Amino acid sequence: MSGDRPLLLRGILPYGEGEPTDLLVADGVIAELGPALDPTGAEVRDAGGLVALPGFVDLHTHLREPGREDAETIESGSAAAALGGYTAVFAMANTDPVTDTAPAAEHVRRRGREVGLVDVHPVGAVTVGLGGERLAELGSMARSAAEVRVFSDDGVCVHDPLVMRRALEYSTALGAVIAQHAEEPRLTGGAQAHEGEIAARLGLAGWPATAEESIVARDCLLAGAAGARLHVCHVSSAGTVDTLRWARGRGVAVSSEVTPHHLLLTDERLAGFDPVNKVNPPLRTGDDGTALRAALADGVIDCVATDHAPHAPQDKDCEWAAARPGMLGLQTALSVVVETMVRPGLLDWRGVARVMSERPAGVGSVEGQGRPVAAGEPATLVLVDPDATWTVQAARLASLSANTPFEGMTLPARVVTTLLRGRITAEDGAVRG
Amino acid sequence: MRHLLSAADLDAGTANALLDTAERLKEALLGREVRKLPTLRGRTVVTMFYESSTRTRASFEIAGKWMSADVVNVSASGSAVSKGESLRDTALTLAAMGTDCVILRHPASGAAHRMSEWVGAHVVNAGDGMHEHPTQALLDAATLRERLGSLEGRRVTIVGDVLHSRVARSNVALLHTLGARVHLVAPPTLLPTGVTAWPVTIGHDLDAALPGSDAVMTLRVQEERMHGGFFPSAREYAIGYGLSEPRAARLPEHAVVLHPGPMLRGMEISAAVADSSRAAITSQVSNGVHVRMAVLYHLLASQEEES
Repeated sequence: MSGDRPLLLRGILPYGEGEPTDLLVADGVIAELGPALDPTGAEVRDAGGLVALPGFVDLHTHLREPGREDAETIESGSAAAALGGYTAVFAMANTDPVTDTAPAAEHVRRRGREVGLVDVHPVGAVTVGLGGERLAELGSMARSAAEVRVFSDDGVCVHDPLVMRRALEYSTALGAVIAQHAEEPRLTGGAQAHEGEIAARLGLAGWPATAEESIVARDCLLAGAAGARLHVCHVSSAGTVDTLRWARGRGVAVSSEVTPHHLLLTDERLAGFDPVNKVNPPLRTGDDGTALRAALADGVIDCVATDHAPHAPQDKDCEWAAARPGMLGLQTALSVVVETMVRPGLLDWRGVARVMSERPAGVGSVEGQGRPVAAGEPATLVLVDPDATWTVQAARLASLSANTPFEGMTLPARVVTTLLRGRITAEDGAVRG
Repeated sequence: MRHLLSAADLDAGTANALLDTAERLKEALLGREVRKLPTLRGRTVVTMFYESSTRTRASFEIAGKWMSADVVNVSASGSAVSKGESLRDTALTLAAMGTDCVILRHPASGAAHRMSEWVGAHVVNAGDGMHEHPTQALLDAATLRERLGSLEGRRVTIVGDVLHSRVARSNVALLHTLGARVHLVAPPTLLPTGVTAWPVTIGHDLDAALPGSDAVMTLRVQEERMHGGFFPSAREYAIGYGLSEPRAARLPEHAVVLHPGPMLRGMEISAAVADSSRAAITSQVSNGVHVRMAVLYHLLASQEEES
């Protein structure tokens, strides 16, 4: 924000490394980075001991607007994002109406700008109405003011191999990526839970890991042949990790994401039939979780993405089969990543910056996000208190919905301040519009 | 006992206490002209059935009425449910009317668990999706106790569609708790992935299993499964897994044949076997009433109710 007073942050630790240093924000950029900077004319904040990272980028957010404004809006979802340390989110296309035209995409982008808390990038549908049959106007969406670079039918799989092949081929001319919700629908009819011991005991129809793995394998082959970029949404199984590693070895341009809930939770949680634990793909086993965390650490999985999926109470406080799948994620993502990856030593803070900011910004082709914490770079940052703990309470989250599976859990690390191009969007648990 | 949601929740002590009560109630009513006990006078029991049922619903209703409870039947059709009311709202409405006990049958696994969180009343699971049907397991155990004495060490073979069967899940849990050894026989397509974690042995050869069985329980094969590609044809199923007369002859003399009903004669079980003296199918039905009386008694009238 040019014209605003410069902001001097005292005593931060870029990437949690080295000695505390000062960071001066002016005109939306990091003007200076160094010890004992001159505070003259600046608004000074004590940020002693806070870890400074590039603002987080979420490749997978459901903002529900238009269509289900009772569950979430672009405004409430943007607030949740800013409070979670995010400076950019990709809004999935499965709204009502579906984001499958340029005007629909531009509407989402414009609403995001009006709210102004986070850059909202619309994801365009791959097929008209998510119907899986006819390609949506990918070129028009890419060339529109919304500048769509990620296309996905998320919520459903582009299951027809010919449609997927064409989408991958067509996207190469647009510099875009096809983000696949990998789920072979013929293997998941009526599926309610990870197919395994827990589902067998609870009498819940199984969602076999092979339904994900077979699509990922197929799509990697198609993407390789087309020379296209493929992104695999919410990887949930150890077998998918193996498949991704194999595809990488063959030189396929495939990236992928894992959700915080798949990093931390397992299908053991289903025992009481509480639909807050229902999500697609489903929570899987402890062994899957171990494989996902290892893959995120070694880079086979590129990013953490929330799959933030707000649902109204009546869509969750019901019998399991009637409940909609999905969980809140924006405000808990960092803490879950710290719990599952940083504390066990799988990732350091540079690694957190990589999986929550740099790689997702790269996959989504957004400029000015995921940039280094360095002088001359955009002041699009998050400051994290690494030593704080907090207890998750749905009622205190900014989302209009309350479906967090982390309710009551005490988690490490807290987002203290989020800055978007030099402007504070969230601070000490409150948004600053 | 606050609710009866799952046979897996019953320890051996509680299960045996229920079976003992059922036996005492059966004796108390035996030969009586007026089958009415005053035990649950003034208590209101609501049956909520979201799936069609003849025997289970009638059995619960008779059980309640023989104990003088006021029994109200709600079904999905012809009620607010058919106008789109959620299960939760229907439950809250009935709870607000002062219902003491809700007996729920529902196509969703876990529905009774959810119900128990929404209403203050006692909840009995009368079948939830593919999950459990605990009173069926109790009546099967009562029938087996009657025929075989203790279940400790007895071999029970369960044959058929285990994958979709709540009867199988409840029986595996309860029979294991009561000390029986359970053997499952089914085509691999009708066994759930993850069944290896169950306290059972598994096979695909019914002929081999029968000579060592003290009881064999044939499960119902639902019409829709026959066309779901789980097995090639009804004929092939009957050849491999149907309890035909020559096959039943492989059972030991004392062995009991059970079927939860309704039966598909000729496919799952031959008419001759179903009507033979070793079949306990009608005993299952009559024991069903006594077991359900025992469940209502333990939930609503027993001194240990609030423990």
